[in-house]
Amino acid sequence: MNHPVEGSTTGSTTVAARVPGQASAGLRQAGLAAGQVVMLLAMGLFLLAALLVATGHPVIPALTALFRGAFGSWYAITSATLVRMIPLGFAGLAVALAFRAGVLNVGAEGQLLVGAAAATALALPLQNTSPLLAIPLMIVGGAAAGGVWAMIAGVLRLRFGVLEVISTIMLNFIALNLTGWLVRGPLQEPQRVNPQSASLPASLQLPVLLDGTRLHAGVMMLPVVAVALWWWLFHTASGFRVRAVGANVRAAESAGEIRVARTLLLVFLLSGLLAGLGGAVEYLGITYALYENFSPGYGYTAIAVALLARLHPVGVLATALLFGALEAGANAMQRDAGVPSVVVSVVEAVLILLVVAVDRWRARTSDSAGAMSGTTSGATPGAAA
Amino acid sequence: MSALDVGTAFLESTVRTATPLALAALGECVSERAGVINIGLEGSIIAGALGGTVAAGIVGVGGGFVAGAVAGMAIAALFAWFTVGMRADQIITGTAITLFALGLTGTLYRSVFGAAGVALTTPTAGTFTIPGLASIPLIGPAFFSQPVVTYVAMTFAVVLAWWMRRTHAGLALRAIGEYPEAAVAAGIAPRRIQALAVLFAGAMAGLAGATLVLAQAGTFVEGMSAGRGFIAIAIVVLGRWQPLGVAGAALLFGAANSLQTLFQSMGWSGIPYQLFLALPYVLTLLVLAGASGRSAAPAALGKRI
Repeated sequence: MNHPVEGSTTGSTTVAARVPGQASAGLRQAGLAAGQVVMLLAMGLFLLAALLVATGHPVIPALTALFRGAFGSWYAITSATLVRMIPLGFAGLAVALAFRAGVLNVGAEGQLLVGAAAATALALPLQNTSPLLAIPLMIVGGAAAGGVWAMIAGVLRLRFGVLEVISTIMLNFIALNLTGWLVRGPLQEPQRVNPQSASLPASLQLPVLLDGTRLHAGVMMLPVVAVALWWWLFHTASGFRVRAVGANVRAAESAGEIRVARTLLLVFLLSGLLAGLGGAVEYLGITYALYENFSPGYGYTAIAVALLARLHPVGVLATALLFGALEAGANAMQRDAGVPSVVVSVVEAVLILLVVAVDRWRARTSDSAGAMSGTTSGATPGAAA
Repeated sequence: MSALDVGTAFLESTVRTATPLALAALGECVSERAGVINIGLEGSIIAGALGGTVAAGIVGVGGGFVAGAVAGMAIAALFAWFTVGMRADQIITGTAITLFALGLTGTLYRSVFGAAGVALTTPTAGTFTIPGLASIPLIGPAFFSQPVVTYVAMTFAVVLAWWMRRTHAGLALRAIGEYPEAAVAAGIAPRRIQALAVLFAGAMAGLAGATLVLAQAGTFVEGMSAGRGFIAIAIVVLGRWQPLGVAGAALLFGAANSLQTLFQSMGWSGIPYQLFLALPYVLTLLVLAGASGRSAAPAALGKRI
């Protein structure tokens, strides 16, 4: 099925070359009710407690450490929680936008890494220029690299019909190995001691907003980008096209007004841009260096961030804050109570599954089931509602 | 080393690394034939690796393989509950299941075996040499002097090929993936068969995970599944949903994995090793792109019944 990018994508039967379906249709209800969010959180905490008991950790000290690490002090709030919210937010926006259009971009992790790597690569040639020029250039370069990385998956999907779920995950692993090579090769620090890049000169770092904290200017960029994305999605024609393709690709195609393939390619690009932006900002604002474990899985956590926000850009700000707190708390839990911090990814996964379950339950109990689970039989391995 | 030695070592390494991929992909092949694509396969593999590690320490290697299969099946049961039971989205559920299993195994491993970095060694499966055949030059060691689990994978490839083609149950399975409406009309219970197929895939993936530990690494490492679950899904595509084709495709990926050793033994050590580490993932992308335009997929793959 070698149709050109401009062509229609219907009528194919290869597994890879399915029409994008309503993968996200069931997850697009406008906002969980506040009560449901509280319920989900309570369930998450309960599950965490159960896991702690099961693995033989004292529950109360661990949970105390969790809350202290997230909100226990001014420093914890600004320099642990908010600082983690920023990359999670950008990556969450990337995933939310993609899922909204039915593009299952699971590759935010790789796009984020490539973005950071590009910003790192630009730091050396720009080190003697004005920060006013260098910082925007590094940010734009990082975002562009993330966009290009996602476009690989986009072209594979639209030109060769390769499922983006698989291709983006493969690209994550490739990005990880690429980073590993860069920090031992072309981008390694001049001393050649550790597998990491040279430290970013202070003049090129994103300014810290509050003295004595690690909170950097990225925290102001994130809401601006989120609101801009929301505006674009809900108040412009091209944003409408994106939502229409995600809601019902068949209808969008037969309406004839929407070039589905072109719209999807744009979504891949923008999604990658957002994740790459997150990587560049993390490098410029927090790590000041590239190394192999640059991201503790921000791109994967972002999936939970986006789904819990019901794929709403402004909602992502809230869920990114929540997960930022969770990750900050998890680190404190490991440090102070000896509980492995990976435990939070179990909680994240269960929260995703709970959202899915709530959706299915709603679909079964409400009359508007069709509107939610996409009864149009978009033959996607994703439309399997 | 002579060219023959290099070739022999390369083939042996190919078959060894292909074994877990083949096991996972054969299971996934059955699941996809029933119309369910399980992105959570990765989760079953890592669960099988940890389950196999723990059980091998307690009851020995054989019990480790069994426990790995059970652990993989348990993770798949969660996936089946959501996708077959609740008819939830297969891709999102699978993604969550993988995240869940990676987190859970990491947590359990660190809680039980202390901080990360402590190498935990397990007993490993010895090789089972088939007398006579194993002394064939070049291919002998590769195909006839391997751990038992490799022969299990080979057997599964042949038996599944026969089972899918020649038995009533195999036909029912394929019918659900191809034409669920007709299958239902013929009195086949699709969701039960789908659930069983998913559980089988989980057990096979768990067995693959146990193989990584008990026949190869001899130790558990967090995240050691390293994307093999996703590679297995690509192998199914390359093998065109046919068990024998899947086994052949797994060998191709095993070869890509083994190129590193081959090049090193040839003295081409100037190539960065990350390039070799990335090779299977690059190959997956190329294979999937190359496999486009062939409609060998079950028609109802991923569809709601």
